[in-house]
Amino acid sequence: MKTEKLHQLAKTIRSKNAGVNKITFDIIFRELDVYERVKRSGAITAASMAALYRIPLERISDFVEYDPGKAIKFTIYRLKPSGSAGDGDIFGAQQYAPLLDLDIPG
Amino acid sequence: MKSLKIICPNGHLGFAPLRPESFQLGVQARPDYIAADSGSDDVGPVPLGSDISTSPQSWQRQDLEHMLLASRKLGVPMIIGSAGDTGSNSRVDMYVTMIKDLAIKHGLAPFRLGYFYSEVSKERVRKAIRGGSPVRGLDGYADLTEAELDATDRIVAMAGVHPFVKLLQQGADVIIGGRSSDAALFAAPALHHGFHADQAYYLGKVLECASFCAEPYGGKETVMGEITASDVRVTAMLPAQRCTIASVSGHAMYERSNPFEEFFAGGMLDMTNCHYEQLDERTTRVTGSRFLPDAKVRVKLEGAGKVGERFVGLCGIRDPYTIANVDKVIEWAREQVRARFGETGYELHYNVYGRDGVMGDLEPLRDQPGHELCVMVQGVAPTREMAEELTMIGLRQMFYARLPDVKGTAGSVSFPLDEVLPASAAYRWTLNHTLEVDNSMELFQTGLIEVGA
Repeated sequence: MKTEKLHQLAKTIRSKNAGVNKITFDIIFRELDVYERVKRSGAITAASMAALYRIPLERISDFVEYDPGKAIKFTIYRLKPSGSAGDGDIFGAQQYAPLLDLDIPG
Repeated sequence: MKSLKIICPNGHLGFAPLRPESFQLGVQARPDYIAADSGSDDVGPVPLGSDISTSPQSWQRQDLEHMLLASRKLGVPMIIGSAGDTGSNSRVDMYVTMIKDLAIKHGLAPFRLGYFYSEVSKERVRKAIRGGSPVRGLDGYADLTEAELDATDRIVAMAGVHPFVKLLQQGADVIIGGRSSDAALFAAPALHHGFHADQAYYLGKVLECASFCAEPYGGKETVMGEITASDVRVTAMLPAQRCTIASVSGHAMYERSNPFEEFFAGGMLDMTNCHYEQLDERTTRVTGSRFLPDAKVRVKLEGAGKVGERFVGLCGIRDPYTIANVDKVIEWAREQVRARFGETGYELHYNVYGRDGVMGDLEPLRDQPGHELCVMVQGVAPTREMAEELTMIGLRQMFYARLPDVKGTAGSVSFPLDEVLPASAAYRWTLNHTLEVDNSMELFQTGLIEVGA
């Protein structure tokens, strides 16, 4: 299999507040085999997500492979709670874009 | 009662109007309850702090009208949680007034309107801190200090099922709740009718966001949940939507860091062993959820505190050299602000759209700005006068930034407006904590009135 971009493989890639001090990211797959392939690829781990967003690993509060939903999910701490003056994304809804072009090895 | 059916037409009543087609189909399915939550902390700390709604009154009234008329026509209760986005006392009163006005407008037969308040006094919270009952921080917040409490303008407690159950026991036909866990207002009627907490809380969890548990994606459509002694069934009411194993299980992770656990005042819903099964094209059946009650009840508190008055200004940049040096332009303007107002006593924020205005510190492409930028300047200060001048200096001095090799010496930025604009005062989330209570009802004062008599 060739290397593909995550957006070619996932059904949904989204971000959203999880409470006032965290943003959670969901990467959801339609097919079980694709979900398993992405999991096996090792491309999406707490460490690789920290590297992608250029944040220390401690800012990743949770990393879950959620089999019932065929989803990989991770959550980061905000530097300041949502809606503090200067926050550019009160809902945390536009933080997923860097995931779209993530390379998933075949 | 063998089963109980609840429809939910809106995951955040008022924030955008419900969609009438699927709502009417839901009503035709003869539910036993009609319920929706009207709140969210997604809207930021400003509405709670300044005690306003972020939703327009006309949208709130319209959804309440749809639900009230259907509820009275069917003769089944209607339940609203987290009135008016924040669930503060003034928002409860506003919804109660809207319900009374709608009853008069439509000449409705008399009904019992129950309501409860969720605001918590600072004194109550201070008593806990001083009495050695720590007010515990959630999600990276430290335990609450008196200084943070002093910086807080308004606190609401997140109700669990308790005030809803109490009002149902008293015979309420319509309930307007203060701040509530959205799932609790669906779990409460199920518990009231004797269903097990294992299923009741899951019913609430899956219904809370209406059609967000259905696919294809489309918000504000009605879904119906049905609880029995052994399972929960959830059905999309819009013919074009389906509740599938994927959409229902997927909803458990929405807006949550942990897709297996959901916390309430009084316990935790454990979804680790949930089993999902497609019953028919639009219905998914869920078994295996568990509710684990806590020995001691801890209630979540939300609090917002004012930071200061706020103005905003906008400018654009097109010169590639200036774009490459936009941080120097901003630093120049900051220096002029410091010269006028000193180092502290205010906040000055720059969002650079076209570079990292959306993602800020999380932006990996910060070093690849676009060919034009928009910079939003926000100044926050103790008075409006200072906030306006602060923002004006922070904006206008970008025009005069001194870059050594700039060709365009007539002005470093473009102005779409030669002014700064008043914005809502700036607030911040001061409380995201839990407080232990001996009595689950302590923080929630209920009332019951006759309407339409």
